[in-house]
Amino acid sequence: MSTGDGVQRYDEERLGELLRLLPPAPAGWVLAAGELPTARAEIDTLVERAKEDQAFRAALLADIEAALAAEGVEPSRPLIDLLRRRVAE
Amino acid sequence: MQARTDAELVASCLAGEQPAWNELVERFSRYVYAIATQAFRLPAQDAEDVFQEVFVRVYDRLDTLRDPSALRPWIAQLTRRECIDWKREGSRETPVEELPEEVENELDRLDEAFDVRVELSALSEECQEVLDRFFCRDESYRTIGAALELPAGTIASRISRCLGRLRERLEGRNPVAAASSERRDR
Repeated sequence: MSTGDGVQRYDEERLGELLRLLPPAPAGWVLAAGELPTARAEIDTLVERAKEDQAFRAALLADIEAALAAEGVEPSRPLIDLLRRRVAE
Repeated sequence: MQARTDAELVASCLAGEQPAWNELVERFSRYVYAIATQAFRLPAQDAEDVFQEVFVRVYDRLDTLRDPSALRPWIAQLTRRECIDWKREGSRETPVEELPEEVENELDRLDEAFDVRVELSALSEECQEVLDRFFCRDESYRTIGAALELPAGTIASRISRCLGRLRERLEGRNPVAAASSERRDR
């Protein structure tokens, strides 16, 4: 809503409507995104180990989700894809 | 305490400060979530994948952001792109370059809602909490009153008073007086 002077006007109803548009994202999603730096470090460790140990590499590729979970990393799809790409390189 | 600007936040993230990354995620999580679920109407599972992918990309590419103060439009663009890609993957329809008008309108509304949240974050903790609980978390007066240890009957007046403060900030009217009244409200 704007007036002739170009200034936006906000009555209570409009403010309430705009506030309602941004509810919190699910806490688990936010937590997982916040842990990305840690997850990246864990992935680096897994990739290094996979380079040195072929048996570990095979086991990792067989169940990437379990490998991430074992390192305490929430196995979200982007991280699973990233780890698979990096180990397969 | 004055919140960090987006540019300051980017600089701290690039310096490897974990708390700064958490702050960035916290600042933009609602926005990314709303774009995916409200503007593009992705189902929860798809929205979660988009949400995580967006923050992975932000983390990976933050050093490529030429103007750190443009963090918000950059994240919005990444999210839009990710949602469009997701929709294309799940559809056999010929991709359409232009977004439907209703999506564009919703994105505009979310941008405005984000502006409101920026101003909300400048209000007292009490105002932030009561407005967030009532409007964003859909809590009742009774629930809010119990959480804040206030009589439920005073919640409505507090909400109204805080909305007034928020409106003063948004409309830019008499900002000095608004800041002064904000201090009184703490």
